[in-house]
Amino acid sequence: MSIAVKQVTKRFGEFVALDNVSLAIADRSLTALLGPSGSGKSTLLRVIAGLEKPDTGQVVLGGRDATALVPQRRQVGFVFQHYAAFRHMTVRDNVAFGLKVQRRSKGEIREKVDDLLSLVQLQAFAHRYPAQLSGGQRQRMALARALAVEPRVLLLDEPFGALDARVRAELREWLRRLHDEVHVTTVFVTHDQEEAMDVADRIAVMNHGRIEQTGKPRDLYEHPANEFVMSFVGPAGRFDGAWVRPHDFAVLLEPGEGAVEAMVERIRHLGFEVRVDLVLANGDAIWVQLTRDELDQMELVSGDVVWVRARHSRAFAAT
Amino acid sequence: MRRLGLRFAALGYLAAILVAPVGLVFYRAFQHGVDAFWASITTPDALHAFKLSVIIAVIAVVANTVFGVTCAIAIVRWKVPGRGLLNALVDLPLALSPVVVGLGLFLVYNSRTGWLGPWLSDHGIQMLFALPSMVLATIFVSLPFVVREVVPLLREIGTEQEEAAATLGSPAFATFRRITLPAIRWGVAYGVVLTTARALGEFGAVSIVSGRIEGQTQTLPLYVQDRYDSFDSVGAYSASVLLALLAMATVVAMTFFKPKEGTS
Repeated sequence: MSIAVKQVTKRFGEFVALDNVSLAIADRSLTALLGPSGSGKSTLLRVIAGLEKPDTGQVVLGGRDATALVPQRRQVGFVFQHYAAFRHMTVRDNVAFGLKVQRRSKGEIREKVDDLLSLVQLQAFAHRYPAQLSGGQRQRMALARALAVEPRVLLLDEPFGALDARVRAELREWLRRLHDEVHVTTVFVTHDQEEAMDVADRIAVMNHGRIEQTGKPRDLYEHPANEFVMSFVGPAGRFDGAWVRPHDFAVLLEPGEGAVEAMVERIRHLGFEVRVDLVLANGDAIWVQLTRDELDQMELVSGDVVWVRARHSRAFAAT
Repeated sequence: MRRLGLRFAALGYLAAILVAPVGLVFYRAFQHGVDAFWASITTPDALHAFKLSVIIAVIAVVANTVFGVTCAIAIVRWKVPGRGLLNALVDLPLALSPVVVGLGLFLVYNSRTGWLGPWLSDHGIQMLFALPSMVLATIFVSLPFVVREVVPLLREIGTEQEEAAATLGSPAFATFRRITLPAIRWGVAYGVVLTTARALGEFGAVSIVSGRIEGQTQTLPLYVQDRYDSFDSVGAYSASVLLALLAMATVVAMTFFKPKEGTS
């Protein structure tokens, strides 16, 4: 089901959470709402779900105006950052909740819940209570619960934000595979640009209640519309009055044309990737991304003096 | 050593304040044997007082549970103006002396000069010196307990579970019954126990609005006072024991209802 948000504004007292936001999301796509905290991304998701009423503007779901519809009638599945598990119910009862509301037959519910529990690999935990599960298991349960009612839109609010890095990476991949299998229109909120680029087909970058840019992950990275997108989607540093990606620097051992003198402050080994912190002659700090082999060839150590040049840089008109 | 001392101090304090007086009441009630005790709590007036106390307590508990849960939800969940005032008003019965409550009800409901009394008595409704005003007085003094137990629980569970239920298609009342109520049930149960204890023991307000008519509007605490004033010490102490036993039963129920620590 396609989603269209049209000129939506939402205020909480004096705070403008959404400032005349418009966004179109294609049927069966996987979209990330990416932005720092307070950028309005969660509010936008909650407006789509009907959990917040916009002050002005319109929400259209599957071509029909849903602005006045209560959440119960929007056919959306919602997954919360802190799981929102029904604490007094077992895993099985949590997943079955939406089906019981729909008064499906007992046999049908049992069959459907069994399918979902195996989909999220929680068959063995069906009779446990949420308090007896790990964070990752709880979130998988919450996903199964949301999927049980066969929503036409799946909305996830920072779904992996409360989990540790390894579980987060696992669930991320799992969500991507799930979407490739089920093809339900999915929107998820994240403040992690790597997560957004890893999982989503399209990303809407938000800041101060506005959408700064919408596009494919690669387009945002290669053609950012403004300084905010440049600095938020992927790493970027200020160099010589322009923005440069850390992998777009050339590090020279001799002075060269257009190269600026710098001192190696620290070298951080991350495996294949090496990050070199530099202090420029004017006192600015930048970091440069090299491969391990490049570093080995240059035999850099901290304290060395080098020259850096931007192979590729980007300047933006003042906004 | 120090902890032992602290424990003795606490126990000694409790013994002096609580155990000694109550123990003596028990002692006096049974001083002339179990038969005398039994005879004095099975007189028609005593039985009537016992029955009346229980009836009033049951009505007050049901009313205050329904009101208390609704009021707590209004205070925590509804974003309506005036909920701060509501929150403050709920505590009023704790601060106000029950005698003042009784006098207030008297002013409103007496059938000659009262505010609503004449109109009600024209329509055949007798408020004062009858069950209705006694129930009202008891409801008033035992009003805060359910609200005060439920409000912090509602704050703690937050709105996410209710929102999740809504997105799963659950209508508002079904969400309340299947999600909110189970989450606050221990608070409600604890509030009910406190309300029961308070309602059974109420004396001041009921004393004024009931008119203390023997065998008609005498609750158990009023009956104790009446027996005491009539120099029927066995009667007074026996009825006191009955009241104390009811109170103890509610306290036992309270510890039974309290969720065990470490479970959620």
